[in-house]
Amino acid sequence: MATKSDVLDFIRIYADKMVEHRQELTDYDQAIGDGDHGINMSRGFKAVIEKLPAVYEKNIDEILKTVGMTLVSTVGGASGPLYGSAFMKAGAAVKGKDELSNEDIILAFDEAVGGIQFRGKAVEGEKTILDSMIPAIKAIKASIADGKSMAEALVDGEKAAWDGVEYTKTIIATKGRASYLGERSIGHQDPGATSMAYVFQAAKEVAEKVGC
Amino acid sequence: MLEGIVLAHPEYVARLEGFDVLIRADKKINKVALVSGGGSGHEPAHGGFVGTGMLDAAVAGSVFTSPTPDQVLEAIKAVDTGQGVLLVIKNYTGDIMNFEMAAELAEAEGIEVATVVTNDDVAVEDSLYTTGRRGVAGTVFVHKIAGARAETGASLDEVKAIAQKVIANVRTMGVALKPCTVPAVGKPGFELSEDEMELGIGIHGEPGIERKPLQTADEIVDYLMKRILNDIEFQVGDEVAVMINGAGATPPMELYILNRRVSQILAGKGIRVFKTFVGNYMTSIDMAGASITLLKLDDELKELLLAQADTVGFKMC
Repeated sequence: MATKSDVLDFIRIYADKMVEHRQELTDYDQAIGDGDHGINMSRGFKAVIEKLPAVYEKNIDEILKTVGMTLVSTVGGASGPLYGSAFMKAGAAVKGKDELSNEDIILAFDEAVGGIQFRGKAVEGEKTILDSMIPAIKAIKASIADGKSMAEALVDGEKAAWDGVEYTKTIIATKGRASYLGERSIGHQDPGATSMAYVFQAAKEVAEKVGC
Repeated sequence: MLEGIVLAHPEYVARLEGFDVLIRADKKINKVALVSGGGSGHEPAHGGFVGTGMLDAAVAGSVFTSPTPDQVLEAIKAVDTGQGVLLVIKNYTGDIMNFEMAAELAEAEGIEVATVVTNDDVAVEDSLYTTGRRGVAGTVFVHKIAGARAETGASLDEVKAIAQKVIANVRTMGVALKPCTVPAVGKPGFELSEDEMELGIGIHGEPGIERKPLQTADEIVDYLMKRILNDIEFQVGDEVAVMINGAGATPPMELYILNRRVSQILAGKGIRVFKTFVGNYMTSIDMAGASITLLKLDDELKELLLAQADTVGFKMC
């Protein structure tokens, strides 16, 4: 279960991570892309933090939608539409709620993946965001099905996400600017998969804190 | 930067208040409107091509980063006269996503929008395993010719069709001798030692086909032209437009030296040069390098290429 305050905490923690890891993400992107992922994500999430106070009183879906819209209009590049679509779809999945059950959380994640796939037209194994996101969500679902708590499931989810990031080092990029490198993209981790792994890390940290 | 452009050329462009969008100073013309744009750092692309006979609006993103959908949407709304808007998008993942989102939003507001995607860079293999070829300097010919067609009062479908005809007949390949630096990053986007060059470079410094020791200008042209000519079929007597485009830090002198060899090669193949453009059209900030573009022409394209254009970065009288 997650309350509205948990969701706001998650957004704040993730925003801090994007600022903290700005250079790291940019370095990964310089190796195989156009070298601006960290710059764009930190700019976008700084804007999100500025917008957040205006939606404190709103339901969770409004909050997530505002995050998505803000990202779409401030991040640019490919990450803006992808992360923006993810948050907007997640918001739409939990319409009218001010508290999320485990089922709601999983549905929001599933819809977020759907949003990214619709916009980016990618599948797993193409060295993208999806390569950490899809395994993480699978792991969360499996853990919940095993009767674990959401906090425990998010620990498994984060681990699967980082495993997914490691996996991106072994495959050839076929989407985005990294695809121009062909085989030369092997050995490098995908910056988008990395920033997505931090989503699960942030979610895990919130769950740890509240012990849900 | 946009402020500086408007201050320098108020007779050509105006800022769309509150947005990173340049529109024609003479505002709305009753015709199909053309909107293009992309990351900044490619000047004069795209704001420099706003004006008579080319674009109606150009949307500028951050350096090498696609503009966002809200900005593109405002550009579309600002120039639409009810006859529809053609979006000219360079084939980059970010540009496609942001412009597509903008097109969806504009359509939701009742504006007719069509899109074309330029992909003239022969350095990228066009296969299932890549995002497809990049849209580079050949995009300028799409602006020019589709813009000229729109000025004739053609419909959105007709303007889109001619844009696609240009895309089908234009090929480009580039080379870099020195990398470019995105200001916010503060270091070069890729490493290239003093005695090396990257053949097939993209306009953001994306890697090309191979890295080689420096060669003479003629040898570089031979390499690029071979790739270009292998990619599109030419017959003796065909006519082309040639663009030798500077990457930002290449002196005009060197561009003309490249053009000399391009002309020799074309003459040797019996291909006639109809019109040549040498200069900075689609730059990559401070990259040292150049690209060669060939556009295969027919009578219709020739006429539209010669039609009047009056913009900061491209003129045809």
